[in-house]
Amino acid sequence: MEVITKDHAELAENFNRDEERVNWHDETLWWVRQKRDKMVHQLPEWEQLREAASAIKNNVLGNLHNYLQQFEANAQANGITVHWAADAAEHNQIIHRLLNEHQVTRMVKSKSMLTEECGLNEYLHEHGIEVIDSDLGERIVQLAKEPPSHIVLPCIHKKKEEIGELFHQYLGTPLDVSDPQVLTEAARGHLREIFITRKAALTGVNFAIAETGEFVVCTNEGNADMGAHLADIHIASMGIEKLIPEKKHLGIFLRLLTRSATGQPITTYSSHFKTPRMGQQMHIVLVDNGRTVQLGREDFRNSLKCIRCGACMNTCPVYRRSGGHSYHNAVAGPIGSILAPNLDMEKYKDLPFASTLCGSCTNVCPVKIDIHDQLYKWRQVLVKKGLAPTGKTIGMKVMGATLSSPTIYRLAGKMGRWTLKYAPFAVNNSFNPWYKHRDMPEPPEQSFGEWYKQNRGSK
Amino acid sequence: MKVGLFIPCYVDQFYPGVAIATLQLLEKLGVDVVYPQNQTCCGQPMANSGFQDLSKGCSDLFIKNFNEFDYIVSPSGSCVLYLREHLSETGHHNPDYLGNKVYELTSFLTDVLKVETLTASFPHKVGMHISCHGQRGLHLSSMSELVAPGFSKPGSLLNMVKDIEMIELSRIDECCGFGGTFCVTEEAVSVKMGKDRIADHLLHGAEYITGADMSCLMHLEGILKRQGSNVKVIHIAEILNAGGNGSNN
Repeated sequence: MEVITKDHAELAENFNRDEERVNWHDETLWWVRQKRDKMVHQLPEWEQLREAASAIKNNVLGNLHNYLQQFEANAQANGITVHWAADAAEHNQIIHRLLNEHQVTRMVKSKSMLTEECGLNEYLHEHGIEVIDSDLGERIVQLAKEPPSHIVLPCIHKKKEEIGELFHQYLGTPLDVSDPQVLTEAARGHLREIFITRKAALTGVNFAIAETGEFVVCTNEGNADMGAHLADIHIASMGIEKLIPEKKHLGIFLRLLTRSATGQPITTYSSHFKTPRMGQQMHIVLVDNGRTVQLGREDFRNSLKCIRCGACMNTCPVYRRSGGHSYHNAVAGPIGSILAPNLDMEKYKDLPFASTLCGSCTNVCPVKIDIHDQLYKWRQVLVKKGLAPTGKTIGMKVMGATLSSPTIYRLAGKMGRWTLKYAPFAVNNSFNPWYKHRDMPEPPEQSFGEWYKQNRGSK
Repeated sequence: MKVGLFIPCYVDQFYPGVAIATLQLLEKLGVDVVYPQNQTCCGQPMANSGFQDLSKGCSDLFIKNFNEFDYIVSPSGSCVLYLREHLSETGHHNPDYLGNKVYELTSFLTDVLKVETLTASFPHKVGMHISCHGQRGLHLSSMSELVAPGFSKPGSLLNMVKDIEMIELSRIDECCGFGGTFCVTEEAVSVKMGKDRIADHLLHGAEYITGADMSCLMHLEGILKRQGSNVKVIHIAEILNAGGNGSNN
C-alpha cells in the first residue's frame, strides 16, 4: 500500500474537486442516516438502550482483566484455543503460524476491521498466502486494490458502474453491466467456489461473552458462516474490548448495532460460535494493539466502548463530504479520529482537527461515546506534544496575546476594519483561504464598543 | 437583576448591528443591562484549535469584567457553550461558578425572563439555521438524532414575531461547516458544507437565513455574497427586535 503523506485537509480537497461525486457520496450516506432515524424512532426505549449499553461497556472496561480471564477459561473449556497478541505484528505472526501448521496457503476471510488495523492481508501476501475477503463490499475494494472507506460499508465510495467495470475485469461479467442484481449473482458464484475450496477461514468478532466463552459474528451476507462452516480451521480475531459480561446483555447490543449501522432491526445473521465441530479447530486471537494504552488514558478510554456500527460516519457532515480515504486510517470518520492518535500521534495528528465539533456523532453513538468532546481533548494533547504546525502556533500566540488585552484588541479591530475598507486587496487575495470561495464581511463604520461608548457612555 | 452583556469579538468588530439589537431587545424587555467595555473574546478560537492554555488571558479578563453580574447574556450559543464548559478549566474554581451564569440570548429570554409575547414584526420568509453548539451543546432545541420530544427555544420566540413565515428544511440540523479555524484549515469541506446548507434554504424559498450564532451566518453570508444571491443572513436578535416600537439608534 502506498505511503500516505497527505493530511485530511489535502485529501478532502482532492475529493472535493468532483462536486457531483461529493453530492452523491453525501446523499448516499445521508440516506443511511435517515434509515437509522426512522428505525430508532420506532423504539420509545431507544435512549434507555443506549444508556444500558454504555453502562455495560463501562463495566467491561473497568474490569477488563477479570472478564478476559473468565472468557479465556470458558472458551478453552469449550474447546477453543485462545491466543494473546500484544500488537499487530504478533497478531499477524500467530495467524501465519496457524496457517503454516495446517499447510494452508489460501484463506477466506469475513469482515474484520481489526485485521485491516493490523495490515494482515498485506502481511500474509508478503509471506505467500492468499487471502480472499468474502464480504461483498470488502471483496470489491480488494479487487480495486483499495482499503475500505467505511467500516460497515467498505465500498460506499464506489458507484455501481465502477463495480461493474471491476467485475468485468476480474470476474468475467459482460462489459457495461452494472445492474446490482447481476453483479451480486456474479460475486455469489465467485465466492461459492472460494468457500468450498478454502481450508482456513478467518472471521472477526462482534461480541465475546465472558460468561459462556462464546463469540458472536454479525453479517448480512452469511459469509462468515459460509467460510467458517466449510473450513477445517476457524480463526477469529478480536480486539480485547469486544467483551460483554453475560449472554443476557447481548440482546441490548444486537438491537442497537444494526439499527445504528444501516437502519435494519437486526443483522441478517447473528451467529454464535461456541465450540468447534467434530474434526475442526477453532482459535481466537485476543489482540491488544494499543488498547490497554488507550484504557490508561482517562479522557479517551471510553472510546473502547465502540461496537463499530459506523453511525458516526454516516451522520458526520465532514465524513460525508470528504470520503473515508481522506482519514488515511483503517477506521475513518469521527470514531477513527479519536482512535487513531492513540496508535500514532504523529501520523494521525490531523484527524482530530477534521471536525467542526458539531456533536452529531456523539448523539447517534449507540454506546454513548463522547466523540466530539474527545476530539477537542485530542487537539489539546497534540498541541501540547508540539505537533501543531509552526505557523499555526505563532498565529495562535499572537491571537491569544491580542485578545488578552482590551487596548491591543481594539486597535487590531480598528486596523482590521480599516484594511477591509481601504485596502481590501490585502485581505481579498489567494493567501486568504476564507476568500477563496467566500466574501469577507462588510466592514462597519464603528465597532459595537465604539457605538456603546457614544450612545450609552454613562453606563 | 443585573445583567452583563457579552458580545463576541467578531460581532463587536463586524456585526455591531447584532449587538445593538441584542442590547435594545433586552432594554425593551426591562432588563438592567450593562456592557462592560473592557471585554474582548471568550477564548474559544485558541482553545478549539488545541491551544486552550493560550485562552487563559481571555478567561481572566472575562472573570474581571463579569464577576459582579447576576446573569451574563450573549447572542452566541457557541461562545456561551465554551464559557460554560471551559472557563473553570483555566484555574478559576469557585462554588458559585461564573460559567453557569452565562446564558445564550434566546434561552435567557425563554428560561429566565420567560418571555411570552414580543412586539416584533418581520414580514419575510425565513429559514432557521440551527447552530450546533447552541443546539447539541446548550440544548436550545431538540436534536434529530435523539428519540426525545421536540422543542425549540429560538423557534418559540420566532413564533411570537408578527407576519414572519418560517420555512421547513430538508435537513433540519445539519452543521453549516463554519467550525472556527476549521473554516480555513479545512476550507474545501467547510465551503461545501456551507453551500449545501444554503441550497437547502434556497430550495424552500428563504429570503433570510437566521440563527442564534453569527459565526455560522458570517460563513453562510460569505458564500451567499460570492454566489451573488439576494438572500440575506440575519441574527435572531435582529428579528426579535425588528419593527414594533423598537428604534434603531
